Amino acid sequence: MAKSQSAAPKKTASNQVNNPFYRWLDERLGLTDLKSLAASKTVPDHRLSFWYYWGGITLFLFIVMCFSGVLLLIYYRPGDEAYDSVRKITYDIKFGWLIRSTHSWAANLMIVSAFVHMFSAYFMKAFRKPREFTWWSGLGLLVLAMIFGFSGYLLPMDVLSFFATKVGLSIPAFIPVVGQWVANLVRGGVEISSYTVSRFFALHVVVLPAIFVPTLLFHLAMVQKHGMSLPESEETKPEAERKTIPFFPNFALRDLGMWLVTLNVLGFLAAVYPWGLGEQADALKPAPMDIHPEWYFMSSFQVLKIFGQWFAGGFGEFLGLSFFTLGLVMWALVPLYDNNRENGIKARRATYFGLLALLILVVTTLWGYAGLIK
Amino acid sequence: MSEPEEKNNLNETGPDGLTGPMDRRTFLKVTIGTLGAVYAGAVGYPIYRYLASPVEESDLAGAVTKVTLDNALDLPKNAALMFKFGSSPAMLIHHDDDSWTALSAVCTHLGCTPSYLPDRKVIYCPCHGGVYDANTGANISGPPPKPLTEFKVSKDNGKITISRT
Repeated sequence: MAKSQSAAPKKTASNQVNNPFYRWLDERLGLTDLKSLAASKTVPDHRLSFWYYWGGITLFLFIVMCFSGVLLLIYYRPGDEAYDSVRKITYDIKFGWLIRSTHSWAANLMIVSAFVHMFSAYFMKAFRKPREFTWWSGLGLLVLAMIFGFSGYLLPMDVLSFFATKVGLSIPAFIPVVGQWVANLVRGGVEISSYTVSRFFALHVVVLPAIFVPTLLFHLAMVQKHGMSLPESEETKPEAERKTIPFFPNFALRDLGMWLVTLNVLGFLAAVYPWGLGEQADALKPAPMDIHPEWYFMSSFQVLKIFGQWFAGGFGEFLGLSFFTLGLVMWALVPLYDNNRENGIKARRATYFGLLALLILVVTTLWGYAGLIK
Repeated sequence: MSEPEEKNNLNETGPDGLTGPMDRRTFLKVTIGTLGAVYAGAVGYPIYRYLASPVEESDLAGAVTKVTLDNALDLPKNAALMFKFGSSPAMLIHHDDDSWTALSAVCTHLGCTPSYLPDRKVIYCPCHGGVYDANTGANISGPPPKPLTEFKVSKDNGKITISRT
Protein backbone atom coordinates (compact mmCIF):
# COMPACT_ATOMS: atom_id res chain seq x y z
CA MET A 1 0.00 0.00 0.00
CA ALA A 2 2.80 2.34 0.98
CA LYS A 3 4.46 1.55 -2.32
CA SER A 4 1.51 2.63 -4.38
CA GLN A 5 1.26 5.87 -2.44
CA SER A 6 4.76 7.01 -3.29
CA ALA A 7 4.35 5.98 -6.90
CA ALA A 8 1.00 7.66 -7.38
CA PRO A 9 1.88 11.37 -7.76
CA LYS A 10 4.64 10.73 -10.29
CA LYS A 11 2.39 8.56 -12.34
CA THR A 12 -0.45 11.11 -12.51
CA ALA A 13 1.91 13.95 -13.40
CA SER A 14 3.47 12.13 -16.31
CA ASN A 15 0.08 10.75 -17.22
CA GLN A 16 -1.32 14.24 -17.59
CA VAL A 17 1.49 15.41 -19.84
CA ASN A 18 1.42 12.31 -21.99
CA ASN A 19 -2.31 11.90 -21.98
CA PRO A 20 -3.36 12.93 -25.49
CA PHE A 21 -6.76 14.12 -24.26
CA TYR A 22 -5.15 16.36 -21.63
CA ARG A 23 -2.78 17.73 -24.29
CA TRP A 24 -5.66 18.32 -26.67
CA LEU A 25 -7.53 20.33 -23.98
CA ASP A 26 -4.38 22.10 -22.79
CA GLU A 27 -3.50 23.38 -26.25
CA ARG A 28 -6.96 24.88 -26.53
CA LEU A 29 -7.80 25.97 -22.96
CA GLY A 30 -4.37 26.63 -21.47
CA LEU A 31 -4.87 24.29 -18.52
CA THR A 32 -1.18 24.30 -17.61
CA ASP A 33 -1.25 28.11 -17.28
CA LEU A 34 -4.26 27.83 -14.98
CA LYS A 35 -2.53 25.15 -12.94
CA SER A 36 0.63 27.19 -12.48
CA LEU A 37 -1.51 30.22 -11.55
CA ALA A 38 -3.34 28.16 -8.92
CA ALA A 39 -0.04 26.75 -7.66
CA SER A 40 1.67 30.13 -7.29
CA LYS A 41 -1.21 32.21 -5.94
CA THR A 42 -0.80 33.04 -2.25
CA VAL A 43 -2.96 34.82 0.33
CA PRO A 44 -1.58 36.90 3.22
CA ASP A 45 -1.94 35.29 6.62
CA HIS A 46 -2.15 37.55 9.68
CA ARG A 47 -4.33 38.30 12.68
CA LEU A 48 -6.95 40.10 10.53
CA SER A 49 -7.16 37.31 7.91
CA PHE A 50 -10.53 36.31 9.30
CA TRP A 51 -12.11 39.22 7.46
CA TYR A 52 -10.88 37.89 4.13
CA TYR A 53 -13.55 35.19 4.19
CA TRP A 54 -16.59 37.46 4.13
CA GLY A 55 -16.45 38.14 0.41
CA GLY A 56 -16.42 34.40 -0.20
CA ILE A 57 -19.32 33.89 2.20
CA THR A 58 -21.30 36.53 0.32
CA LEU A 59 -20.46 34.79 -2.95
CA PHE A 60 -21.57 31.43 -1.56
CA LEU A 61 -24.88 32.89 -0.41
CA PHE A 62 -25.36 34.44 -3.84
CA ILE A 63 -24.87 31.01 -5.40
CA VAL A 64 -27.46 29.60 -2.96
CA MET A 65 -29.79 32.45 -3.99
CA CYS A 66 -29.39 31.51 -7.66
CA PHE A 67 -30.17 27.83 -7.10
CA SER A 68 -33.04 28.31 -4.67
CA GLY A 69 -34.36 31.12 -6.90
CA VAL A 70 -34.45 28.88 -9.96
CA LEU A 71 -36.26 26.24 -7.88
CA LEU A 72 -38.88 28.79 -6.79
CA LEU A 73 -39.22 29.93 -10.39
CA ILE A 74 -40.46 26.46 -11.27
CA TYR A 75 -43.73 26.97 -9.35
CA TYR A 76 -43.99 30.73 -8.87
CA ARG A 77 -46.33 32.67 -11.16
CA PRO A 78 -46.25 36.48 -11.28
CA GLY A 79 -49.33 38.64 -11.77
CA ASP A 80 -52.77 37.79 -10.41
CA GLU A 81 -51.78 34.29 -9.34
CA ALA A 82 -48.72 35.42 -7.37
CA TYR A 83 -50.12 34.88 -3.88
CA ASP A 84 -51.78 31.57 -4.75
CA SER A 85 -48.63 30.20 -6.29
CA VAL A 86 -46.57 31.15 -3.21
CA ARG A 87 -49.25 29.62 -0.98
CA LYS A 88 -48.98 26.44 -3.05
CA ILE A 89 -45.17 26.46 -2.79
CA THR A 90 -45.35 26.99 0.97
CA TYR A 91 -48.09 24.51 1.85
CA ASP A 92 -48.65 22.03 -1.02
CA ILE A 93 -45.39 21.37 -2.81
CA LYS A 94 -43.13 18.96 -0.92
CA PHE A 95 -40.32 20.88 0.82
CA GLY A 96 -41.49 24.06 -0.92
CA TRP A 97 -41.50 25.81 2.45
CA LEU A 98 -37.84 24.86 2.93
CA ILE A 99 -36.76 26.10 -0.51
CA ARG A 100 -38.60 29.38 0.01
CA SER A 101 -37.29 29.74 3.54
CA THR A 102 -33.75 29.05 2.33
CA HIS A 103 -34.13 31.72 -0.35
CA SER A 104 -35.38 34.33 2.13
CA TRP A 105 -32.83 33.53 4.83
CA ALA A 106 -29.97 33.39 2.32
CA ALA A 107 -31.02 36.83 1.08
CA ASN A 108 -30.86 38.28 4.57
CA LEU A 109 -27.59 36.55 5.43
CA MET A 110 -26.12 37.70 2.12
CA ILE A 111 -26.87 41.32 2.94
CA VAL A 112 -25.35 40.81 6.41
CA SER A 113 -22.16 39.27 5.04
CA ALA A 114 -21.96 41.92 2.29
CA PHE A 115 -22.13 44.63 4.97
CA VAL A 116 -19.47 42.89 7.07
CA HIS A 117 -17.33 42.49 3.96
CA MET A 118 -17.77 46.16 3.04
CA PHE A 119 -17.03 47.57 6.48
CA SER A 120 -14.03 45.30 7.02
CA ALA A 121 -12.67 46.35 3.61
CA TYR A 122 -13.35 49.95 4.59
CA PHE A 123 -11.57 49.89 7.94
CA MET A 124 -8.67 47.86 6.54
CA LYS A 125 -8.35 50.56 3.86
CA ALA A 126 -8.68 47.97 1.12
CA PHE A 127 -10.20 50.60 -1.19
CA ARG A 128 -6.91 52.45 -1.68
CA LYS A 129 -4.97 52.56 -4.94
CA PRO A 130 -5.04 50.36 -7.02
CA ARG A 131 -8.32 48.87 -5.73
CA GLU A 132 -10.72 51.76 -6.36
CA PHE A 133 -12.69 49.82 -8.96
CA THR A 134 -12.95 46.85 -6.64
CA TRP A 135 -14.53 49.21 -4.09
CA TRP A 136 -16.92 50.78 -6.60
CA SER A 137 -18.01 47.49 -8.14
CA GLY A 138 -18.53 46.08 -4.64
CA LEU A 139 -20.64 49.05 -3.67
CA GLY A 140 -22.63 48.60 -6.89
CA LEU A 141 -23.19 44.96 -5.98
CA LEU A 142 -24.52 45.93 -2.55
CA VAL A 143 -26.95 48.45 -4.05
CA LEU A 144 -28.07 45.81 -6.58
CA ALA A 145 -28.48 43.28 -3.76
CA MET A 146 -30.72 45.70 -1.92
CA ILE A 147 -32.83 46.26 -5.04
CA PHE A 148 -32.96 42.47 -5.35
CA GLY A 149 -34.26 42.37 -1.79
CA PHE A 150 -36.81 45.11 -2.34
CA SER A 151 -38.19 43.61 -5.55
CA GLY A 152 -38.19 40.07 -4.17
CA TYR A 153 -40.04 41.14 -1.06
CA LEU A 154 -43.16 42.05 -3.05
CA LEU A 155 -43.39 38.82 -5.02
CA PRO A 156 -45.45 36.76 -2.49
CA MET A 157 -48.06 39.58 -2.47
CA ASP A 158 -49.08 39.08 1.13
CA VAL A 159 -50.19 41.96 3.34
CA LEU A 160 -46.73 42.75 4.68
CA SER A 161 -44.98 42.73 1.31
CA PHE A 162 -47.79 44.80 -0.18
CA PHE A 163 -47.52 47.58 2.38
CA ALA A 164 -43.73 47.51 2.60
CA THR A 165 -43.61 48.04 -1.14
CA LYS A 166 -46.32 50.68 -0.98
CA VAL A 167 -44.30 52.69 1.55
CA GLY A 168 -41.04 52.03 -0.26
CA LEU A 169 -42.39 53.24 -3.58
CA SER A 170 -43.81 56.40 -2.03
CA ILE A 171 -40.25 57.50 -1.25
CA PRO A 172 -39.13 58.39 -4.78
CA ALA A 173 -42.23 60.61 -4.91
CA PHE A 174 -40.34 63.07 -2.68
CA ILE A 175 -37.80 63.74 -5.42
CA PRO A 176 -38.89 67.11 -6.84
CA VAL A 177 -40.42 67.34 -10.33
CA VAL A 178 -39.81 63.80 -11.66
CA GLY A 179 -40.40 61.84 -8.42
CA GLN A 180 -44.08 61.04 -8.87
CA TRP A 181 -43.60 60.16 -12.48
CA VAL A 182 -40.75 57.77 -11.69
CA ALA A 183 -42.71 56.14 -8.85
CA ASN A 184 -45.74 55.56 -11.09
CA LEU A 185 -43.60 54.09 -13.81
CA VAL A 186 -41.86 51.67 -11.43
CA ARG A 187 -45.20 50.75 -9.86
CA GLY A 188 -47.04 50.40 -13.17
CA GLY A 189 -49.91 52.64 -12.04
CA VAL A 190 -50.77 54.75 -9.03
CA GLU A 191 -51.46 51.71 -6.82
CA ILE A 192 -49.64 48.42 -6.27
CA SER A 193 -51.32 45.83 -8.49
CA SER A 194 -50.58 42.68 -10.43
CA TYR A 195 -48.76 44.94 -12.91
CA THR A 196 -46.33 45.88 -10.14
CA VAL A 197 -45.72 42.22 -9.31
CA SER A 198 -45.07 41.37 -12.94
CA ARG A 199 -42.55 44.14 -13.47
CA PHE A 200 -40.83 43.50 -10.14
CA PHE A 201 -40.65 39.86 -11.16
CA ALA A 202 -39.01 40.71 -14.50
CA LEU A 203 -36.61 43.00 -12.63
CA HIS A 204 -35.85 40.38 -9.99
CA VAL A 205 -35.23 37.37 -12.19
CA VAL A 206 -33.93 38.85 -15.45
CA VAL A 207 -32.80 42.47 -15.31
CA LEU A 208 -30.99 42.45 -11.97
CA PRO A 209 -29.15 39.14 -12.52
CA ALA A 210 -28.11 40.36 -15.97
CA ILE A 211 -26.46 43.39 -14.34
CA PHE A 212 -25.34 41.68 -11.13
CA VAL A 213 -23.46 38.72 -12.61
CA PRO A 214 -21.13 40.73 -14.92
CA THR A 215 -20.49 43.22 -12.09
CA LEU A 216 -19.67 40.31 -9.79
CA LEU A 217 -17.29 38.80 -12.37
CA PHE A 218 -15.59 42.19 -12.73
CA HIS A 219 -15.31 42.46 -8.94
CA LEU A 220 -13.76 38.98 -8.70
CA ALA A 221 -11.42 39.68 -11.63
CA MET A 222 -10.20 42.81 -9.80
CA VAL A 223 -9.64 40.81 -6.63
CA GLN A 224 -7.65 38.27 -8.63
CA LYS A 225 -5.67 40.99 -10.43
CA HIS A 226 -4.62 42.95 -7.36
CA GLY A 227 -4.61 40.16 -4.78
CA MET A 228 -5.76 40.59 -1.20
CA SER A 229 -5.15 44.00 0.29
CA LEU A 230 -2.94 44.18 3.37
CA PRO A 231 -4.10 46.08 6.44
CA GLU A 232 -1.89 48.89 7.74
CA SER A 233 -0.51 46.74 10.55
CA GLU A 234 0.85 44.28 7.97
CA GLU A 235 1.99 46.77 5.40
CA THR A 236 4.37 48.45 7.81
CA LYS A 237 6.13 45.13 8.47
CA PRO A 238 9.21 44.30 6.42
CA GLU A 239 8.39 41.93 3.59
CA ALA A 240 10.33 39.06 5.16
CA GLU A 241 8.13 39.08 8.25
CA ARG A 242 4.84 38.89 6.34
CA LYS A 243 3.36 35.43 6.25
CA THR A 244 1.40 33.95 3.36
CA ILE A 245 -0.41 30.72 2.72
CA PRO A 246 -0.93 29.08 -0.68
CA PHE A 247 -4.33 29.87 -2.16
CA PHE A 248 -4.65 26.30 -3.33
CA PRO A 249 -5.37 24.21 -1.39
CA ASN A 250 -4.89 25.98 1.97
CA PHE A 251 -6.97 29.11 1.54
CA ALA A 252 -9.49 27.41 -0.74
CA LEU A 253 -10.09 24.72 1.90
CA ARG A 254 -10.55 27.31 4.64
CA ASP A 255 -12.93 29.14 2.32
CA LEU A 256 -14.79 25.87 1.80
CA GLY A 257 -14.89 25.41 5.59
CA MET A 258 -16.51 28.82 5.97
CA TRP A 259 -19.00 27.94 3.26
CA LEU A 260 -19.87 24.79 5.17
CA VAL A 261 -20.37 26.78 8.37
CA THR A 262 -22.58 29.20 6.41
CA LEU A 263 -24.55 26.31 4.93
CA ASN A 264 -25.13 24.92 8.42
CA VAL A 265 -26.29 28.28 9.79
CA LEU A 266 -28.53 28.77 6.77
CA GLY A 267 -29.97 25.26 7.00
CA PHE A 268 -30.65 25.71 10.70
CA LEU A 269 -32.39 29.07 10.28
CA ALA A 270 -34.40 27.96 7.25
CA ALA A 271 -35.59 24.75 8.88
CA VAL A 272 -36.17 25.97 12.44
CA TYR A 273 -37.47 29.46 11.63
CA PRO A 274 -39.32 28.96 8.34
CA TRP A 275 -40.31 32.10 6.50
CA GLY A 276 -44.01 32.74 7.01
CA LEU A 277 -46.67 33.79 4.57
CA GLY A 278 -49.22 36.39 5.67
CA GLU A 279 -52.75 36.92 4.45
CA GLN A 280 -53.29 37.79 0.81
CA ALA A 281 -52.70 41.47 0.05
CA ASP A 282 -55.90 43.46 -0.11
CA ALA A 283 -55.78 47.11 -1.13
CA LEU A 284 -58.93 47.84 0.88
CA LYS A 285 -57.64 46.47 4.17
CA PRO A 286 -55.88 48.84 6.58
CA ALA A 287 -52.14 48.42 7.04
CA PRO A 288 -51.10 46.04 9.83
CA MET A 289 -49.93 47.71 13.04
CA ASP A 290 -46.41 46.27 12.95
CA ILE A 291 -45.75 47.34 9.37
CA HIS A 292 -42.06 47.95 8.82
CA PRO A 293 -39.46 47.47 6.09
CA GLU A 294 -36.82 44.76 6.02
CA TRP A 295 -34.02 45.44 8.52
CA TYR A 296 -31.60 46.61 5.85
CA PHE A 297 -33.99 49.41 4.91
CA MET A 298 -34.87 50.25 8.50
CA SER A 299 -32.13 52.86 8.83
CA SER A 300 -33.16 54.86 5.76
CA PHE A 301 -36.82 54.41 6.74
CA GLN A 302 -36.10 55.88 10.17
CA VAL A 303 -34.00 58.76 8.80
CA LEU A 304 -36.87 59.71 6.49
CA LYS A 305 -39.25 59.50 9.42
CA ILE A 306 -37.07 61.73 11.61
CA PHE A 307 -36.59 64.36 8.92
CA GLY A 308 -40.28 64.14 8.12
CA GLN A 309 -41.11 65.03 11.71
CA TRP A 310 -38.66 67.92 11.74
CA PHE A 311 -39.85 69.52 8.52
CA ALA A 312 -43.45 69.24 7.41
CA GLY A 313 -44.93 68.84 3.96
CA GLY A 314 -42.58 66.46 2.17
CA PHE A 315 -39.58 68.78 2.49
CA GLY A 316 -38.27 66.76 5.45
CA GLU A 317 -38.41 63.53 3.44
CA PHE A 318 -36.62 65.25 0.60
CA LEU A 319 -33.91 66.35 3.03
CA GLY A 320 -33.67 62.83 4.49
CA LEU A 321 -33.34 61.38 0.99
CA SER A 322 -30.65 63.94 0.16
CA PHE A 323 -28.86 63.09 3.40
CA PHE A 324 -28.70 59.43 2.48
CA THR A 325 -27.74 60.07 -1.13
CA LEU A 326 -24.96 62.42 -0.04
CA GLY A 327 -23.71 59.83 2.44
CA LEU A 328 -23.64 57.16 -0.25
CA VAL A 329 -21.78 59.42 -2.69
CA MET A 330 -19.20 60.31 -0.04
CA TRP A 331 -18.86 56.64 0.85
CA ALA A 332 -18.18 55.87 -2.81
CA LEU A 333 -15.64 58.68 -3.17
CA VAL A 334 -13.59 57.75 -0.10
CA PRO A 335 -10.86 56.00 -2.19
CA LEU A 336 -10.17 59.30 -3.94
CA TYR A 337 -9.87 61.13 -0.61
CA ASP A 338 -8.02 58.62 1.56
CA ASN A 339 -5.56 57.63 -1.17
CA ASN A 340 -2.21 57.79 0.58
CA ARG A 341 -0.39 54.74 1.88
CA GLU A 342 1.28 56.82 4.56
CA ASN A 343 -1.36 57.16 7.20
CA GLY A 344 -2.01 60.85 7.63
CA ILE A 345 -4.84 63.05 8.76
CA LYS A 346 -6.96 61.99 5.74
CA ALA A 347 -6.72 58.34 6.70
CA ARG A 348 -7.83 59.11 10.23
CA ARG A 349 -10.71 61.27 9.00
CA ALA A 350 -11.85 58.50 6.67
CA THR A 351 -11.80 56.06 9.58
CA TYR A 352 -13.87 58.46 11.71
CA PHE A 353 -16.27 58.92 8.80
CA GLY A 354 -16.62 55.13 8.60
CA LEU A 355 -17.27 54.87 12.32
CA LEU A 356 -19.84 57.68 12.09
CA ALA A 357 -21.60 55.97 9.17
CA LEU A 358 -21.68 52.68 11.07
CA LEU A 359 -22.97 54.45 14.19
CA ILE A 360 -25.74 56.22 12.26
CA LEU A 361 -26.76 52.96 10.58
CA VAL A 362 -26.90 51.05 13.86
CA VAL A 363 -28.59 53.79 15.91
CA THR A 364 -31.26 54.63 13.34
CA THR A 365 -31.97 50.92 12.80
CA LEU A 366 -32.40 50.30 16.54
CA TRP A 367 -34.41 53.51 16.82
CA GLY A 368 -36.68 52.26 14.05
CA TYR A 369 -37.28 48.96 15.83
CA ALA A 370 -37.79 50.70 19.17
CA GLY A 371 -40.49 52.83 17.53
CA LEU A 372 -42.28 49.64 16.46
CA ILE A 373 -42.51 48.29 19.99
CA LYS A 374 -44.24 51.46 21.16
CA MET B 1 -21.50 1.83 5.02
CA SER B 2 -18.38 3.67 6.05
CA GLU B 3 -18.28 2.38 9.60
CA PRO B 4 -16.91 -1.10 9.02
CA GLU B 5 -14.28 0.34 6.69
CA GLU B 6 -13.17 2.79 9.33
CA LYS B 7 -12.88 0.05 11.90
CA ASN B 8 -10.86 -2.04 9.49
CA ASN B 9 -8.40 0.76 9.04
CA LEU B 10 -8.04 1.25 12.74
CA ASN B 11 -7.40 -2.45 13.21
CA GLU B 12 -4.78 -2.44 10.52
CA THR B 13 -2.71 0.18 12.30
CA GLY B 14 -0.74 -0.91 15.30
CA PRO B 15 1.67 -3.80 14.89
CA ASP B 16 3.57 -2.45 11.93
CA GLY B 17 4.15 1.29 11.96
CA LEU B 18 4.62 1.56 8.18
CA THR B 19 0.93 1.33 7.39
CA GLY B 20 0.09 4.10 9.88
CA PRO B 21 0.18 7.24 7.67
CA MET B 22 -1.60 5.50 4.84
CA ASP B 23 -4.40 4.45 7.13
CA ARG B 24 -4.79 7.94 8.46
CA ARG B 25 -5.18 9.14 4.88
CA THR B 26 -7.73 6.46 4.07
CA PHE B 27 -9.58 7.19 7.28
CA LEU B 28 -9.75 10.88 6.40
CA LYS B 29 -10.85 10.10 2.87
CA VAL B 30 -13.63 7.85 4.09
CA THR B 31 -14.75 10.34 6.74
CA ILE B 32 -14.77 13.27 4.34
CA GLY B 33 -16.45 11.16 1.67
CA THR B 34 -19.15 10.08 4.11
CA LEU B 35 -19.67 13.62 5.35
CA GLY B 36 -19.85 14.85 1.76
CA ALA B 37 -22.45 12.19 0.96
CA VAL B 38 -24.49 13.19 4.02
CA TYR B 39 -24.46 16.85 2.93
CA ALA B 40 -25.26 15.95 -0.67
CA GLY B 41 -28.18 13.87 0.60
CA ALA B 42 -29.42 16.55 3.00
CA VAL B 43 -29.42 19.13 0.21
CA GLY B 44 -30.38 16.81 -2.62
CA TYR B 45 -33.29 14.98 -1.03
CA PRO B 46 -35.53 18.05 -0.39
CA ILE B 47 -34.71 19.35 -3.86
CA TYR B 48 -35.62 16.01 -5.42
CA ARG B 49 -38.92 15.83 -3.51
CA TYR B 50 -39.64 19.47 -4.41
CA LEU B 51 -39.13 18.79 -8.11
CA ALA B 52 -40.99 15.46 -7.96
CA SER B 53 -43.97 16.95 -6.14
CA PRO B 54 -46.21 17.20 -9.25
CA VAL B 55 -45.25 13.63 -10.18
CA GLU B 56 -46.48 12.46 -6.78
CA GLU B 57 -49.61 14.53 -7.32
CA SER B 58 -50.37 12.93 -10.69
CA ASP B 59 -49.53 9.49 -9.29
CA LEU B 60 -52.20 10.11 -6.69
CA ALA B 61 -54.62 11.26 -9.37
CA GLY B 62 -53.68 8.19 -11.43
CA ALA B 63 -54.67 5.94 -8.54
CA VAL B 64 -58.33 6.91 -9.16
CA THR B 65 -60.41 3.81 -9.85
CA LYS B 66 -63.78 5.34 -10.65
CA VAL B 67 -65.12 8.40 -12.48
CA THR B 68 -68.76 9.49 -12.63
CA LEU B 69 -69.92 11.45 -15.67
CA ASP B 70 -73.08 13.45 -14.96
CA ASN B 71 -74.36 14.34 -18.42
CA ALA B 72 -72.93 11.44 -20.39
CA LEU B 73 -76.36 9.94 -21.12
CA ASP B 74 -77.09 12.98 -23.31
CA LEU B 75 -74.34 11.80 -25.67
CA PRO B 76 -75.94 11.06 -29.11
CA LYS B 77 -75.39 7.74 -30.81
CA ASN B 78 -72.27 7.23 -32.93
CA ALA B 79 -70.39 9.88 -30.97
CA ALA B 80 -67.63 10.04 -28.39
CA LEU B 81 -67.04 12.09 -25.26
CA MET B 82 -63.56 12.88 -23.98
CA PHE B 83 -63.05 12.86 -20.23
CA LYS B 84 -60.21 12.64 -17.74
CA PHE B 85 -59.60 9.36 -15.97
CA GLY B 86 -57.11 10.11 -13.22
CA SER B 87 -54.55 12.27 -14.93
CA SER B 88 -54.89 10.83 -18.46
CA PRO B 89 -57.47 11.38 -21.20
CA ALA B 90 -60.10 8.72 -21.87
CA MET B 91 -63.08 8.45 -24.22
CA LEU B 92 -66.64 7.23 -23.85
CA ILE B 93 -68.27 5.99 -27.07
CA HIS B 94 -72.01 5.68 -27.57
CA HIS B 95 -72.52 3.08 -30.32
CA ASP B 96 -75.39 2.87 -32.84
CA ASP B 97 -76.78 -0.21 -31.04
CA ASP B 98 -77.03 1.88 -27.79
CA SER B 99 -74.11 0.03 -26.21
CA TRP B 100 -71.29 1.96 -24.52
CA THR B 101 -67.54 1.56 -24.53
CA ALA B 102 -65.00 3.44 -22.38
CA LEU B 103 -61.35 3.31 -23.39
CA SER B 104 -58.13 4.95 -22.42
CA ALA B 105 -57.37 7.68 -24.96
CA VAL B 106 -53.60 7.34 -24.82
CA CYS B 107 -52.27 5.74 -27.99
CA THR B 108 -50.18 2.70 -27.08
CA HIS B 109 -47.65 3.64 -29.75
CA LEU B 110 -46.22 7.02 -28.60
CA GLY B 111 -48.87 8.47 -26.31
CA CYS B 112 -50.86 10.76 -28.65
CA THR B 113 -54.55 11.26 -27.97
CA PRO B 114 -56.58 9.44 -30.67
CA SER B 115 -60.13 10.34 -31.70
CA TYR B 116 -63.32 8.46 -32.69
CA LEU B 117 -64.15 8.63 -36.40
CA PRO B 118 -68.01 8.38 -36.68
CA ASP B 119 -68.03 7.65 -40.43
CA ARG B 120 -65.50 4.77 -40.21
CA LYS B 121 -66.56 3.73 -36.67
CA VAL B 122 -62.97 3.24 -35.57
CA ILE B 123 -60.57 5.03 -33.27
CA TYR B 124 -57.84 6.74 -35.21
CA CYS B 125 -54.58 8.22 -34.01
CA PRO B 126 -53.43 10.99 -36.39
CA CYS B 127 -49.84 11.02 -35.17
CA HIS B 128 -48.74 7.84 -36.98
CA GLY B 129 -51.97 6.45 -38.39
CA GLY B 130 -52.80 3.86 -35.72
CA VAL B 131 -56.30 2.39 -35.88
CA TYR B 132 -58.22 0.72 -33.02
CA ASP B 133 -61.51 -1.12 -32.84
CA ALA B 134 -64.14 1.19 -31.32
CA ASN B 135 -65.87 -1.63 -29.41
CA THR B 136 -62.90 -3.36 -27.82
CA GLY B 137 -59.95 -1.03 -28.24
CA ALA B 138 -58.05 -3.74 -30.13
CA ASN B 139 -55.26 -2.43 -32.34
CA ILE B 140 -56.31 -3.10 -35.94
CA SER B 141 -53.63 -1.47 -38.07
CA GLY B 142 -50.72 0.91 -37.97
CA PRO B 143 -47.91 1.02 -35.45
CA PRO B 144 -49.75 0.56 -32.08
CA PRO B 145 -48.29 -2.53 -30.34
CA LYS B 146 -51.14 -3.06 -27.87
CA PRO B 147 -54.90 -2.47 -27.57
CA LEU B 148 -56.25 0.56 -25.68
CA THR B 149 -57.11 -0.19 -22.06
CA GLU B 150 -60.83 -0.80 -21.69
CA PHE B 151 -62.82 0.46 -18.71
CA LYS B 152 -66.05 -0.86 -17.27
CA VAL B 153 -69.16 1.25 -17.97
CA SER B 154 -72.18 1.13 -15.65
CA LYS B 155 -75.38 3.16 -15.84
CA ASP B 156 -77.35 4.12 -12.79
CA ASN B 157 -79.58 7.04 -11.75
CA GLY B 158 -79.11 8.78 -15.06
CA LYS B 159 -75.37 8.86 -14.61
CA ILE B 160 -72.56 6.86 -16.17
CA THR B 161 -69.81 5.51 -13.98
CA ILE B 162 -66.52 4.40 -15.46
CA SER B 163 -64.27 2.13 -13.44
CA ARG B 164 -61.17 0.04 -13.87
CA THR B 165 -61.90 -3.52 -14.92
